Amino acid sequence: MSAEPQFSSERAGDAVRLALRGAWTIDAGRAVERAADGLVEAARGARLAVFDFSGVDRLDTAGAWLIDRARVSIEATGAQNRIDRAESQYKTLLQEAGWRAFESHPDRRTDTVMDFLVDVGHNVVYAGRDIAKGVSFLGESVVALTRAILRPHDFRATSIFYHLENFALRSVPIILLINFLVGGIVAQQGIFQLRYFGAETFAVDLIGILILRELGVLLTSIMIAGRTGSAITAEVGSMKMREEIDALKVMGVSPMQALVAPRLIALIVALPLLTFLANMAAIGGGLLVSWVYGGLSPEAFMSRLQTAIGFNTFMVGMIKAPFMALVIGIIAAMEGMAVHGSAESLGRQVTASVVKSIFMVIVIDGLFAMFFAAIDY
Amino acid sequence: MSRTTSSNDAGRETVIKVRDLVVGFGDKIIMNGLNLDVFRGEVLGFVGGSGMGKSVLMRTILGLVPKRAGKIEVFGRDLDTLTEAEEHAVHRRFGVMFQQGALFSGLTVKQNVQAPMREYLDISQRLMDELALLKIELVGLRPDAADKFPSELSGGMIKRAALARALALDPDLVFLDEPTSGLDPIGAADFDELIQTLQHTLGLTVFMVTHDLDSLYAICDRIAALADRKVIAAGPMETMLASEHPWLRAYFHGKRGRMISPPQASAG
Ligand SMILES: Nc1ncnc2c1ncn2[C@@H]1O[C@H](COP(=O)(O)OP(=O)(O)OP(=O)(O)O)[C@@H](O)[C@H]1O
Ligand SMILES: [Mg+2]
Repeated sequence: MSAEPQFSSERAGDAVRLALRGAWTIDAGRAVERAADGLVEAARGARLAVFDFSGVDRLDTAGAWLIDRARVSIEATGAQNRIDRAESQYKTLLQEAGWRAFESHPDRRTDTVMDFLVDVGHNVVYAGRDIAKGVSFLGESVVALTRAILRPHDFRATSIFYHLENFALRSVPIILLINFLVGGIVAQQGIFQLRYFGAETFAVDLIGILILRELGVLLTSIMIAGRTGSAITAEVGSMKMREEIDALKVMGVSPMQALVAPRLIALIVALPLLTFLANMAAIGGGLLVSWVYGGLSPEAFMSRLQTAIGFNTFMVGMIKAPFMALVIGIIAAMEGMAVHGSAESLGRQVTASVVKSIFMVIVIDGLFAMFFAAIDY
Repeated sequence: MSRTTSSNDAGRETVIKVRDLVVGFGDKIIMNGLNLDVFRGEVLGFVGGSGMGKSVLMRTILGLVPKRAGKIEVFGRDLDTLTEAEEHAVHRRFGVMFQQGALFSGLTVKQNVQAPMREYLDISQRLMDELALLKIELVGLRPDAADKFPSELSGGMIKRAALARALALDPDLVFLDEPTSGLDPIGAADFDELIQTLQHTLGLTVFMVTHDLDSLYAICDRIAALADRKVIAAGPMETMLASEHPWLRAYFHGKRGRMISPPQASAG
């Protein structure tokens, strides 16, 4: 390969002759920077500096920039300077990639305490805006949903079925599995702990009530928030990024109508169905563990379950499901719409979507618990 | 048949040599038996109708699209035989400007230009900043664009920023996919001039996909035309104008072609 960038200096009275040799290219990395700094050093105190290019094998924009930067530094000390024996393309390059002052952007002062306070302030304001935006988005979605219900023929049913398949059908295996496992775990713990009091049979009450009222819908919602909520945010977000949402708007199609409403409807239909399946799977898990681990026959389990729970126990869980779906869908779509430009912002928004919807699912579950306690259902 | 040049055509070194290339997606064949040479130090204009596979050819040479058959040599090295380290070294000498810009959306223009520098070079932050700003200025962007994100740029600014990134490492071989589309005529002319200056001063080899007849006349040393899944003609503008292929006739002698033709006679 070509030689390292080097130079030799020769003093003759007030003048210095800087004979450059080798390849002054960016490949040399720091060596070319050091060599260029050396030029300034070598010319210190001289009245005239002559740059002799006859030994230069190669020059690129970085080399030209550095040499010209050195030349300007030398000039600043009041010395004359001259370029000697440079091939014409080197001359052009020195001109094209010559030194010029870039206005420096002063780095923003960083004050940790101040930044922290500013951050907190921003976050409080954003949280407030989030709530306001959420409410307005909810309003828009309700309008879009009502329109969809009032004028169903405007609405593409295929799109809903497509989403139903994606959101519901494809989530079935994982939801069955985790609920089956959780049902089994609750049964095992129930039997194990209640055995001390000789109240093992009450484990069935525990399973039935806990799963039907709380766990089934909660686990399903959290799973869907992670699985489907993130997918909706990513879909809507990347459409926003690539101006597809804008394209819809100029075509006179409301993105709420075309994108958000079908997904919301599909979610609202899917989540109760999935919750029902989740409940059955969890009870199945509980039944199996009670039988194998607790020695309770399936018949005994069933008859005990029948006395332990009522229709209302089942309904408490099911009533919550569509609300969970609405919250997950709205947060997911809203976060998707909030994506700006960069891929990074897409990632951020997807994370925010999942975190917020899981948080809201739990908050809503708590509110429902208070509500049902108050009406004694 | 397309002309198959021996590597010593006019005694020049071939930088890209493509032989009997077959590329397809699924059961659709895009290129079948394509041959192409690009010589050191030249600007090759690559023309062809929309959807004929110009971008696909570029991506195949870059190793982004798998080929079904054929051979591609770059800098005299067969791309199939390279080890990972050698491939890295070959890619170091490439500068690529994609049709859509392909700027990293999470980085500012300046950071975009510095991205290849960070990957390949060991230089000080100061020099990196200066070089990035220099490249940004060379491609005709205002310095305040340096700290903008790609989503804040206009279409033409994206093109320029993408070129600045392609030139970041002073590459030996530059691939440009329609660099001047979406630029105003003055900007496009500046662009052409810049590419020509760089070609003269740095000895750049340029593979340029373009539809811009002005660019073809102004800066391309040779032109290659893609049609019928092959390079149907390659050579200087006179070869193109003389070709009897119907597509080439329509391209260079059509309404738009004629409007450009006269000045060529005088510009020579
Ligand atoms: N990833 C892909 N999968 C399937 N087909 C593809 C893929 N990429 C390109 N094609 C097809 O290959 C053909 C050539 O596409 P290409 O992008 O190379 O066109 P082009 O010549 O660059 O056109 P333009 O001038 O419009 O940019 C097109 O028909 C396109 O549909
Ligand atoms: Mg293309």
